[in-house]
Amino acid sequence: MSSRLVVIAIPFVVIAIFWLMARYEASRRHDPTHKGYFERNGMVLGIAFIALVALWALFLVVLPYLYMVVESFHPTLRPVERGGPKDVLTIAQYQSFFMAPTGDGWNTTHMGAFLFSIIASIAVTALNFAICYPLAFYMAQSGTPQKVRLILLALIVPYWVNEILRAFSLRLLLASKGLINQLLMGSGLTDAPVDFLGINVGLYVGLSYAYLLVMIFPLYNAIESLDKNQIEAARDLGAPWWRIHKDIVIPYAKPGIASGCTMVFMLAAGSLAAPQFLGGPRTLWFTSVIYNFFFQAFNWARGAAYAFLLLAACILFVMLMLRLFKVSLGETIK
Amino acid sequence: MSAGVELDHITVRFGDFTAVDNAALDIKGGEFFSFLGPSGCGKTTILRTVSGFLEPSEGTVRIGGKDMRGIGPNRRPTALIFQNLALFPLMSVAENITYGLRVQGVDKATRMRKADELLQLIALPGQGGKQMSELSGGQKQRVAIARALCVQPQVLLLDEPLSALDLKLRQHMRNELRTIQRMVGITFIYITHDQGEALTMSDRIAVMSDGVIQQVADGKTIYDEPATAFVASFVGENNPFAGTVKEANGSFALLDTRFGKLRGRNPRGLKAGDKAILFVRPESAQLTPGAADTTFTSKVKSVAFEGNMTHVFLEGAGKKDITVTVGRHNGAAIPEQGSVATVSYDAELGLALPEGKMARE
Amino acid sequence: MTSSLVMRGMIGFYIFLFFAYLFGPLVVMGITAFNSPSYPQAFPFESFTLDWFVKLWNDRAMMEGLTNSIIIGLGVVAVSVPAGLAASIIMNQIYHRARGLFYLVTVSPLLTPGVIIGISTVIFWKDVLGVSDVTKALFYNGITLAILGQSSFVSAYCLLIFMARLTRFDRAQEEAALDLGASYPQVFWHILLPFLKPAIVSAVVIGFLSSFENYNTTTFAILADKTLVTVLAGQVRQGTTPALSALAVIIIGISLLGAIVYEVLKRREQSRAEQAQRRAKLAERTEVGAAQPATSTA
Repeated sequence: MSSRLVVIAIPFVVIAIFWLMARYEASRRHDPTHKGYFERNGMVLGIAFIALVALWALFLVVLPYLYMVVESFHPTLRPVERGGPKDVLTIAQYQSFFMAPTGDGWNTTHMGAFLFSIIASIAVTALNFAICYPLAFYMAQSGTPQKVRLILLALIVPYWVNEILRAFSLRLLLASKGLINQLLMGSGLTDAPVDFLGINVGLYVGLSYAYLLVMIFPLYNAIESLDKNQIEAARDLGAPWWRIHKDIVIPYAKPGIASGCTMVFMLAAGSLAAPQFLGGPRTLWFTSVIYNFFFQAFNWARGAAYAFLLLAACILFVMLMLRLFKVSLGETIK
Repeated sequence: MSAGVELDHITVRFGDFTAVDNAALDIKGGEFFSFLGPSGCGKTTILRTVSGFLEPSEGTVRIGGKDMRGIGPNRRPTALIFQNLALFPLMSVAENITYGLRVQGVDKATRMRKADELLQLIALPGQGGKQMSELSGGQKQRVAIARALCVQPQVLLLDEPLSALDLKLRQHMRNELRTIQRMVGITFIYITHDQGEALTMSDRIAVMSDGVIQQVADGKTIYDEPATAFVASFVGENNPFAGTVKEANGSFALLDTRFGKLRGRNPRGLKAGDKAILFVRPESAQLTPGAADTTFTSKVKSVAFEGNMTHVFLEGAGKKDITVTVGRHNGAAIPEQGSVATVSYDAELGLALPEGKMARE
Repeated sequence: MTSSLVMRGMIGFYIFLFFAYLFGPLVVMGITAFNSPSYPQAFPFESFTLDWFVKLWNDRAMMEGLTNSIIIGLGVVAVSVPAGLAASIIMNQIYHRARGLFYLVTVSPLLTPGVIIGISTVIFWKDVLGVSDVTKALFYNGITLAILGQSSFVSAYCLLIFMARLTRFDRAQEEAALDLGASYPQVFWHILLPFLKPAIVSAVVIGFLSSFENYNTTTFAILADKTLVTVLAGQVRQGTTPALSALAVIIIGISLLGAIVYEVLKRREQSRAEQAQRRAKLAERTEVGAAQPATSTA
């Protein structure tokens, strides 16, 4: 239990350090505009603010994460065994990701699922970018304000329908008795129904469909702020349309692109609904693996370890994106 | 009920930058006092220090004799009229005006009565229910004043309140403010970069530059007897003649300048060898020859007829032209552009001051 | 000129495809809600029926899920809106070197996969609440955990909304109120909060909707209870009837209604603002030639 308690102390130590630094700086330099915290907010409000923020930042965000990470470094124990002699720090859960349970050879199932999820998410990100970029460009550059408002509304309405229902609707379309197969067979293009769901087309379409909005908004915002005259100038100088995009629009919209791609990737990699309902019988999505650890095997420690691996992959991807596009974190949060 | 304000050697520093340097002066109760200077001279900083939004790095502010150190802006007997008025957009006119009473817990009926009184004072009777978005610029000004007066401050602070208004309205409001001040009798501290405002409205003026108070006096003294080169060049138009003092006695000094030896009054006790500047106002100069040590010549660059006056611009020592302003019915012949003109002035109207930083053009 | 016509045609076709991709599945699903076969079918359309809507109403699990979703939504809003507000105010007052870290911590839930938020919530609170049987019995249930888990990122949404609104706040108003004698708490209640009202409304609406439709986090945090969304998920997994399509139709109907109401309200507000401006301009013009105020005759 003690390792878990140490973890809880970490955030408080960090806070104490910053508080001391602030006091030191304040005593060194006289700032004419300085007003103390409780002076500025009054006692009641001051305490209320601190309490709310502490509750949120510490108890809903930082401590649960740290606790989960710590848990992933513990063996899988039954409730009675916790706190007992078997409760030690170990990397066994992480090892189980790489090593097969039988002791020799690699855990190809899980590692495969992990790689598949990552690569598929990247593919979906690229797909969404290709789909959304032209519309974002059109909206930003040539749309009148009313048209844009209408398009925005039209984009948002489908997303008010729950993602589960949206996945469901896609399944209806793509199932063997679904509308698309009916059209294909009815018009004579195919004889037997195409198993879209089995070959994962459903999965890709589902993931892409789910996160179109997330890609288009940052793209639209970024491109919208570009001065139209720059494009006019380039066209004047004789640049063909593909060069205009490559040299002018895309470099300018980099923060928006990075933002959109990051969000789509992370949502896709962490997605639960689409793989559950649209994945083929033989596809294993990494998040589903985690889900199963929790609800079927009740192996929380192992689930936590895998979840941390997922988080690490996401963070790595984000940092890669930031480095690749040379943008800072603040710009992408928009 | 009004109070005097004492600035007891106030210095305000932001990091390494000194915004106000050792300001010391006494503002009398009931006075209309202005701080005049270009932007960045420190006048806003002084206002914020008096109102309590800044704590001075050194020195104290005393209002009505009481030390204001550590007392926040909400507990000082001052009220501030902000440059952008800072009226509350979500409240009606009456609610804005009586906000100061609301925070004191005064009941609604009394507040409404007070609002009506003040609306009469500012000539907006019955308009208490209007929203801010429905008011014109001048009306908003008056609401801001009423709001400040409602809390019965001992000192009213005004931060360039007229700078956002157009010309006609500005002149109209100048009279209004002066009248209101005389009626209510409280101390007004007014900051501006417009000398016309300062001169017409104030009992006394403090001219500031780069954080330093250059001179404190009434308008006439500031204009006729500027204490430093900055004041001489900032207030009104003035022609500077830089040079070295050749001879000097208690009353007059003779300067060696590019335009020959010129004489002027010597109120600051300059001695031979001192670097000085002789100032002659455009309206103090004549286009006729005079005594040898008060006459010079220069080429006429251009002539501008402005109705009741004519300005003649002559080549000066550096970038700045020499300006001579003559009235419409002056009598002297206006020289032609390109010709060499003779200019003279009365020695009493020339002023020799120690060399110093002048106002930027 | 034909090349630009071709260009325009291609763009139009692309837009058509895009929205067909977006709306197509939903339209199809909508049709199945009214079609009689028990397996959702759009074509052929056998006979029109409203049976599935009735079945929806009678589905006990769904109703229980709906009630829970509403309770959780209200709970999340009650926690997140104040938390987001408090954080946005503190953000400006915090020690400047700590600001970056503070921002990172509070916004990180938005970047974290919902799955991880759900897992960490359960693992952490199980141990914390398990410390005593009393706390365990009172608080360790799906509803509380769902509220806690969802609040971590809904508060972040609220924070961003409030921060955006706060940048437009004229600090001079705060100073004016202080100058007139208000205490800092009075400034907060009289000046800042009324200014933030539109943001508060946005935060409540967005917070509630985000909570209502959340799946990834809720599915872990809800333990043995259910929300409407988890019930849906269960039914989709097992076998589906057009009752689900009926639900989708209802949701779309409500959202469209909401969008129309919003647009109408917005138009009305705009015209009111324009009227006020016109009145102000009129006042401006008659201003300078106006009769002298009472003061100058004194």
